[in-house]
Amino acid sequence: MSLLEVEDLAVHFGGVKAVDGVSFAVDQGEVFAIIGPNGAGKSTIFNLISHIYQPTRGRICFDGADITGSKPQDMARLGIARTFQNIELFDHSTVLDNLLMGRHTHRQSNFIQDILFLPSVRREERLHRERVEEVIEFLELEAYRNKRIEGLPYGVRKIVEIGRALAIGPKLILLDEPASGLSVEETQDVAFWIEDMRRDMGLTVLMVEHDMGLVSQVCDRVLAVANGKPLAQGTPHEVQADPHVQAAYLGTPEEVAV
Amino acid sequence: MRVVFKTSYDRDIDLHEHGLDRGKMLGLVGLMILLPFLVNDYYLAEAANTLIWALAGMGLMIAVGHTGQVSLGHAAFLAIGAYTDAALMNAGVPFLVAFPLAGLLTGLFGAVIAIPAVRMSGIYLAIATLAVFVIVEELILLLEPITGGVSGIAAPSITLFGISFDRYGELHNFYWLILAVVILVTWGYANLMRSPTGRSFLAVRDSEVSARAMGINVTRTRALAFGLSSGVTGLAGALMGHYIGFFNYELFSVFISINLLLVVTIGGLGFIQGAFLGAVLITGMPQVIAILRDGLNASVGVDLGSIPGLDTVLFSVILILFIIFEPTGLYGRWLKIRTWFELFPLARRDMFRRHKTYLKTERMK
Amino acid sequence: MELIQLAVGGVANGCIYGLVALGFVLIYKTSEGVNFAQGDLMMLGAFVALGLGNSAQMGLSFWLAVPLAVCIMFCVGWGVERVVVRRIFGQPQFALVILTIALGFVFRFVAGSIWGYSPLVLETPFNGVNLRFGELVISMADLLTIVITLALTFGLWTFFAHTRIGLAAQAASQNQMAAYIVGIPVMKVNSLIWGLSGAVATVAGVLYATRGAIDPNIGLLGIKAFAAAVIGGLGSLPGALLGGMLIGVVEPIAGRYAPGGIAIMSPYIIMLAVLVTRPGGLFAQIHMKKV
Ligand SMILES: Nc1ncnc2c1ncn2[C@@H]1O[C@H](COP(=O)(O)OP(=O)(O)OP(=O)(O)O)[C@@H](O)[C@H]1O
Ligand SMILES: [Mg+2]
Repeated sequence: MSLLEVEDLAVHFGGVKAVDGVSFAVDQGEVFAIIGPNGAGKSTIFNLISHIYQPTRGRICFDGADITGSKPQDMARLGIARTFQNIELFDHSTVLDNLLMGRHTHRQSNFIQDILFLPSVRREERLHRERVEEVIEFLELEAYRNKRIEGLPYGVRKIVEIGRALAIGPKLILLDEPASGLSVEETQDVAFWIEDMRRDMGLTVLMVEHDMGLVSQVCDRVLAVANGKPLAQGTPHEVQADPHVQAAYLGTPEEVAV
Repeated sequence: MRVVFKTSYDRDIDLHEHGLDRGKMLGLVGLMILLPFLVNDYYLAEAANTLIWALAGMGLMIAVGHTGQVSLGHAAFLAIGAYTDAALMNAGVPFLVAFPLAGLLTGLFGAVIAIPAVRMSGIYLAIATLAVFVIVEELILLLEPITGGVSGIAAPSITLFGISFDRYGELHNFYWLILAVVILVTWGYANLMRSPTGRSFLAVRDSEVSARAMGINVTRTRALAFGLSSGVTGLAGALMGHYIGFFNYELFSVFISINLLLVVTIGGLGFIQGAFLGAVLITGMPQVIAILRDGLNASVGVDLGSIPGLDTVLFSVILILFIIFEPTGLYGRWLKIRTWFELFPLARRDMFRRHKTYLKTERMK
Repeated sequence: MELIQLAVGGVANGCIYGLVALGFVLIYKTSEGVNFAQGDLMMLGAFVALGLGNSAQMGLSFWLAVPLAVCIMFCVGWGVERVVVRRIFGQPQFALVILTIALGFVFRFVAGSIWGYSPLVLETPFNGVNLRFGELVISMADLLTIVITLALTFGLWTFFAHTRIGLAAQAASQNQMAAYIVGIPVMKVNSLIWGLSGAVATVAGVLYATRGAIDPNIGLLGIKAFAAAVIGGLGSLPGALLGGMLIGVVEPIAGRYAPGGIAIMSPYIIMLAVLVTRPGGLFAQIHMKKV
């Protein structure tokens, strides 16, 4: 059964049809990629799924329920976590605190208990730490645990952002260009982690990525979009071979002439 | 350089990582408790005033420093706290009820204001709070039966369990009362900042989209932060009322709001300690100026007292210098100095280099 | 008739608010910063003109003193950007808020030290000249205020919409980094805009002074002007003017017909109402960060 189903999704900003009639379904345990040239509408699809934008038309179903019209803050509780293309971390906090912020949906205490720091709050806090330490160990972030985000190199921040999404404990994780700006080695790490997320954590991964090497290596299926419209869907190999996709990336002869 | 081996998560969760830090804090608190035996009444009253400002500063710090909500109208909350407390006590309600109620009502008022205001981004909220301030000021005048209008209101002397806490009669007791309130609030504040609620404040401050993606309800979080912020400020207002004894709306001018902002910015935004450092500075400055003034008058014969508005302009210049040269405030400067010594001789100049950031618009065309 | 008379005075008043609000908008448009010293710049501008023009002071002709004051205040605005504001480039928005509030106090102190704290009257060639239209009496000062404000707003609007440098200034506000990359001298543009807002503030100050006495605290009018700018939607020049007029007209009418206190509160009540219903102001730009 598919975990995420997107049907005829569209969003228009004034005259710009950023996404226009995109449908796809991601199965439980699958690694699914969306590819396409710059400005194709990939990030916008992510923003629609995480409900930062409301769609002009179409439906989003997750885990068997129609979630169209939910609020962005409902996503984490449903089990949808995401990263951002341009890294949106909490810059003035430490790596540890950033990850702990990912545990927000699991909190039981209210603010009065927090102010009094009752023993129950401490117990809960200890549990959060344990979960977060697992993520730190998984992503090998030990060296950065107590460093503030501000001073960290770009590559580390990208990984912290993945960690924060994992700390949520999601069913589905949306990765917006997880490898952009990373070195070859770091990209390899990301590939392994994605494999592990699927295999060991039972996660479903939906990602946007320009690096076709990474896509072919980790993805089961790929959706190609251009100008907000779907072009092709299939295995990485099939999609790469698709003439429409090649045209979209390279430009059709007529467009080149213009 | 100190290296701490952590043996359990509890070490991280505790308020102080090291026993040494805890000892220092206890020492400081002990000193504050013993203060009435160490200084004369003039300085004790000044210390009480400083503590009240620190309390108000902590209130504003929750909003500005920890949630990123700039308020230019916090004097309004001081006023609401002071008037509520005084009016309730004048109606015969005991301090033990009137005081918490003053904080609670101010907090609720703040939260209610914040709910529509949170939809506004940074600068708009600042302006809205300024508007609320002007409106509250006018309301105080309009509600004359309760507030005494232009002529003002007296904050009755406090008696608890038969013991007098009168501002003039029993200054020691009054000071200890304030100290107790400040310690309690500081403790609660510190607890808040190590728990999920405090983290959600920081999340909302640093990235709203991300906070939402973490499942944080940004509107509710901001309203809560603003409510707590105004509540604490309301408590400070109530104490300020007792400290002054008799006051009218003029006590809570827009300059008080600005001074409060001064406290948190110069003290160090985002640090509880900053509120205290800022309060020391803002209550100590007039003393220093007065001493300098007398000194200059006696030695050189220059009469600074004849220049009106000198205090304000000095404050302003200090503020400008801080924003330009040390935006992390006194506490930030102190942290840097401490790190420098701890790492000596390994510290490098560029370790503390500020990260250049470029403003990107939040606006889309 | 009384209502119309009130409204005319209100419009003229509103024009002053609008002009100060224009200063806010200029700076907001180019750097998304808010200059809380705008009202004090206006005050300083008025005093500089007074210092140059009044017979008891330098005694220049009014028509010479005002342009000179505008030039001087252009330099002050430009200098403030060069010396102070530029240094906090890249710091969060509220740093500028606090900085400019502090600057406002400094301006007030400077004006108070030079010209004292008791009200002074600016001498103008049209002091006390009134025009009559039937029963309606319009003072020359009111009329000039309205005409000059309209002309200035139109001029600034044209500047932003049609000149290279105006467009560059707007581009700089959208994304400073990108503006750099495409070769816009962001810093120079910022200084220029601060100068310009100093000049506009001076015009506002002089017009204000033609209508009554001035003292160093008239800068507090900036808060009302700020409400005007917000009502219009901080980024919009015509919006600022309209916001100013709205406040200007409602104030005297509320003062005449509504119970006491409401008149003073009215600008802020209008502003809060606008903010609650349209968080970005009446002429809002879309407020949404792209991720
Ligand atoms: N909030 C918005 N308002 C107006 N236009 C928008 C908005 N969000 C996205 N767009 C437009 O939608 C189009 C698709 O943008 P999107 O960011 O989804 O592209 P992308 O496929 O992620 O590209 P890239 O590979 O560069 O990240 C672009 O033309 C963009 O300008
Ligand atoms: Mg994208």
